Amino acid sequence: MKTMLKAEHVSISYKIGDFKDIGLKEWTMRHLKHQYHVETFMAVQDVSFELLEGDMLGIVGTNGAGKSTLLKAVTGVMEPREGHIQRSGSIAALLELGSGFDGDLTVRENAYLRGAMLGYTKEFMDETYEHILDFSELREFEERPFKQLSTGMQSRLAFSIASLVQPEILILDEVLSVGDGAFQEKSAKKMREIIDGGAATILVSHSLAQIRASCNKVLWLHKGRQVDLGETAAVCDRYEEFLAGLGRTDP
Amino acid sequence: MLQKLKQHRFLFSELVKRDFAKKYKRTILGMAWSIISPLMNLLIMWLVFNNLFGNNVDHYAIYLFAGQLVFSYFTDATNLGMNSLAGNAGIFTKVNVPKYLFLFSQNVSSLINFGLTLLVFFSFTAFDGIPFTWKFFLLLYPVVCMIVFNVGIGLILSALFVFFRDMQYLWGILTQLIMWLSAIFYTIDSYSYTVQCLFLLNPLYLYIRYFRKIVIDGAIPTLEFHLLAAAYALVAFGIGAFMYKKYNHEFLYYV
Repeated sequence: MKTMLKAEHVSISYKIGDFKDIGLKEWTMRHLKHQYHVETFMAVQDVSFELLEGDMLGIVGTNGAGKSTLLKAVTGVMEPREGHIQRSGSIAALLELGSGFDGDLTVRENAYLRGAMLGYTKEFMDETYEHILDFSELREFEERPFKQLSTGMQSRLAFSIASLVQPEILILDEVLSVGDGAFQEKSAKKMREIIDGGAATILVSHSLAQIRASCNKVLWLHKGRQVDLGETAAVCDRYEEFLAGLGRTDP
Repeated sequence: MLQKLKQHRFLFSELVKRDFAKKYKRTILGMAWSIISPLMNLLIMWLVFNNLFGNNVDHYAIYLFAGQLVFSYFTDATNLGMNSLAGNAGIFTKVNVPKYLFLFSQNVSSLINFGLTLLVFFSFTAFDGIPFTWKFFLLLYPVVCMIVFNVGIGLILSALFVFFRDMQYLWGILTQLIMWLSAIFYTIDSYSYTVQCLFLLNPLYLYIRYFRKIVIDGAIPTLEFHLLAAAYALVAFGIGAFMYKKYNHEFLYYV
């Protein structure tokens, strides 16, 4: 079977410290006083996994485990500090749906901008724009500035645009529940379609039921380290055990 | 880079549209405003300085306009460009896109502004009795140099702005200084030859001088002059491109 994605001993670092939002003046002063502290924080350490064609990999872990950071490296937004990630195929990530929209632009303008960000072509957007409007049920708000829409409506639009992707590697980060009851059902159905159509998928979710239902292997991260990688049922059981005893022991 | 640009052509055009829409959406006069504002500026300067310098300089209004034209393109492009990276943090921390696209798209709207003001400038020259000759087409050369130069400075500033949020104020002061050193409303004839040569160290002055030489003097600048104009542009662009390349994956930590 073809390998779609291969991560070998990947470590990703963040910089932390009091360097954010300071000016040149402050920066110079702190350097002069030797009070400028920047630390490198390893968000992900030595993680390896392989994604084969047809695979659906679930990533589990508590908050701060490094799940989102790992995904950022997979999509190429961040660069691993050590190790490397080999991709063969186009990647689309449906991350944090609400962000990246511009409140001053209309629904139509935002839809096109988002489409462009996801790598769609203009022709594709022209073709599917009507469909997006219908699916998101936002036709009557088409020319409204985006900031006048409710949060639910915004994520409905985001989902409707994102759900058109047909990538070879699909990355889903906690996006499967959007909008109110009726729309949630609709989006869950659409999601299944995408997953079934995609060649390989990575799913990050806190819902173990969802992971158990759809993934064929699971990667468990804890504080940036790889705790386990393997069969869904086995890893999920161990993870559940760990969650039950959380606060008492480290894995 | 060009290949990547082609690949992201749709995103680029959408970004240009967005920057344009945001810039003009809430003003009644819309785009006209971006022409009116430099013209008002010009009028004020002319009223103030015409008595002082007008008698010694041929076509003083045009002399002033040439300076104002180049300088306002520079400040417009760099001031708007400075925020282009930090302002799009929501995008580049989520999607893997070339980060320079944001600055490029911002510069397109500045360039269009400049183009419109340039048309007004040409109509002024005609009105002032300066004949339109083939030499005017040579102005394409400094325009191209200025585009590259402004993009280069924009790259540098937008990168610095991510690291140091007080760049905005520092740049405000620096542009004031550059303005005074660019001989926009005065002439440098009364200075010694050495000092006159020192003025050429200021890229802005060089580009302004090119415009004045062609339009007012009807003369073609020397070869060295051309080389210097291109050199400034390439150096600025080179430094900017280097910073973007070097800090490409670092920007993320600072936003």
